[in-house]
Amino acid sequence: MATSTSSLPAPARSSSLADSLRDAGTAALLVLVLGFFFLGVRTDIAPGGLTLTFRWGLLISAVAVVFAGRLALNLFVFKAKQPVTGRMAGILEGTDLSGLGKWLSRILLAFAIVLPFFFTVFFPDRDRQYIDLAILIMTYIMLGWGLNIVVGLAGLLDLGYVAFYAVGAYSFALLAQNFGFGFWMALPLAGLLAAFWGVILGFPVLRLRGDYLAIVTLAFGEIVRIVLLNWYQFTGGPDGISGIPRPTLLGLEFSRGDDGFAAFFGLQYDSIHRYIYLYYIIFILAIITNVVTMRLRRLPIGRAWEALREDEIACRSLGINTTNTKLTAFAIGAMFGGFAGSFFATRQGFISPESFTFLESAIILAIVVLGGLGSQIGVVIASVVMIGGIEMLRNLGFLSQIFGPGFDPTQYRMLIFGLAMVMIMVWKPRGLISTREPTVVLKEKKRIGADMVAQGEGH
Amino acid sequence: MSANGQALLSVRKVETYYGKIVALRGVDVDVDRGEIVTLIGANGAGKSTLMMTICGNPQARAGQIIYDGQDITNMPTHEIMRLGIAQSPEGRRIFGRMTVMENLQMGASLVAEEHFDEDLRRVYDLFPRLKERAGQRGGTLSGGEQQMLAIARALMGRPKLLLLDEPSLGLAPLIVKQIFEVIAELNRNDGLTVFLVEQNAFHALKLAHRGYVMVNGNITMSGPGRELLKKEEVRAAYLEGGRH
Repeated sequence: MATSTSSLPAPARSSSLADSLRDAGTAALLVLVLGFFFLGVRTDIAPGGLTLTFRWGLLISAVAVVFAGRLALNLFVFKAKQPVTGRMAGILEGTDLSGLGKWLSRILLAFAIVLPFFFTVFFPDRDRQYIDLAILIMTYIMLGWGLNIVVGLAGLLDLGYVAFYAVGAYSFALLAQNFGFGFWMALPLAGLLAAFWGVILGFPVLRLRGDYLAIVTLAFGEIVRIVLLNWYQFTGGPDGISGIPRPTLLGLEFSRGDDGFAAFFGLQYDSIHRYIYLYYIIFILAIITNVVTMRLRRLPIGRAWEALREDEIACRSLGINTTNTKLTAFAIGAMFGGFAGSFFATRQGFISPESFTFLESAIILAIVVLGGLGSQIGVVIASVVMIGGIEMLRNLGFLSQIFGPGFDPTQYRMLIFGLAMVMIMVWKPRGLISTREPTVVLKEKKRIGADMVAQGEGH
Repeated sequence: MSANGQALLSVRKVETYYGKIVALRGVDVDVDRGEIVTLIGANGAGKSTLMMTICGNPQARAGQIIYDGQDITNMPTHEIMRLGIAQSPEGRRIFGRMTVMENLQMGASLVAEEHFDEDLRRVYDLFPRLKERAGQRGGTLSGGEQQMLAIARALMGRPKLLLLDEPSLGLAPLIVKQIFEVIAELNRNDGLTVFLVEQNAFHALKLAHRGYVMVNGNITMSGPGRELLKKEEVRAAYLEGGRH
């Protein structure tokens, strides 16, 4: 698929540089004129009335940015023989990420296992921050994998996945608050409760597909959040629930006391121990999610999910009970969401409905879609890029030197998100990893590219 | 029309509606054990509706469908399929992103695992092309191969009754011939009972033991296939000026 730019008529070659310069100059002049009032002049309220301040630096940098940007676009895209965007598309399409997949996943797995020690050794002064970020990314990987069962395998577009995350988190928080449950006791219960709610959601939407299903699941997510927000006596409403117990290691708490983890093993107390422990909990939970999913894919139920995604009527005519198939997809997907939710609660120690907004659902879905529906390694890459990317924005403080002290790069994360989404969907409409590994192999492995199938088929 | 009263499938006065629109107006059809029965008719006559009604999707609003002595009129689709009926639905409906092998596995999901290899060999013998394409994605097969896959997938369920909905749709004459030969072979060698819905009246009537003609939701004619083929009304309506 070529991008639309490559089909533009190519202008005469001879004066392309001069043309580009002239065009860039015009654009810069426009910015100078328009920007003079918007950027160059600023009014401030002073004792004697308004005073004008001139911000020449800002104006000139805006003009320079536009000039350089327009020139670059002219040279490489608009007037170039072979637009760079076309080549980009070529690169994105040409790279066989899936062939890389096996090795990449092994390397990533090995890195994930040693990650906390890697950071404590190489970044001793910022290790807590990095491990915390790794925990966050790992949580989203797990959520992505959980949602992948529903959206990627069974083809049921679920916009309310965060509801199960919330159910898991609140299950643990309430069990701890009211009955003194610890994390490990509450974890299976939280998963079961989330699965139960998955079935509850599943029943009314059994007959729905595509857009209609998406709307109902969206509403379901909002209902759960609004109930949590308004049922003050039970959930604490907007105040949330605090004092959620931390996870223990075989009864050992990660505290400074004499019966804590550090004292028991004769180590110097360090709060990093708890972070490392949390990291390994979510790492193992995520790995379990992955292993279970991969295993299920090879079992009749997993194949039935995929067949359901492809063609529901054909499924029924082969004697598959589509009701049960859909409900198990919802339930199992929700269960992993619930596990992740109760991990979230124990990690934060405090939860409120604010953490479970539609935006969370959207981010998890974006991770699944960007990674490539049904692709496990794609979810990992997308999580690292998206969640890690947002965090990276926080470290771009130097940009405020250019754009003024009030500039906060994190404010632009949605903009960048959107841009990334559009670019991926233009160049890789089926996500980063758009191939699907067959579950049975006869003699040799043949990859199945999804790009030749009509888009949107089976959703 | 049942000749000897041991009908495997009998459809009695079945009426089916899509909302308020009537699609079948009291249809009677019998399929005996070991028979190939075909149902021909024009576009929109209700042929596919009858086939889908037998499968319980949509369910008949009136009348009765008896399969192997059991009333299946109001059973859900997946339970009907468990009784030994397999369907190759209209438009093939193979699983496009799954491999040929996986498609066949889906067909065998109701059958004990120990039969899988044997059944697989059998359908590969019937359709050697599928064996060559085993690892290939269903969506990349040609139309004829997809139809073979749809039939093979249905056969993997070890059916007693095979329902085929327009297997000749959009296929080259040579492929149609090939597929019809396979159907005849299955019937002859394995005694498989086949109910075939077709627009390609000539081939279908030649193949079938008995045939029914459907017009506007009613059965208007029935009889042995070759006799129907000779009838003037059938020739005029479905054969002249088209096909073979």
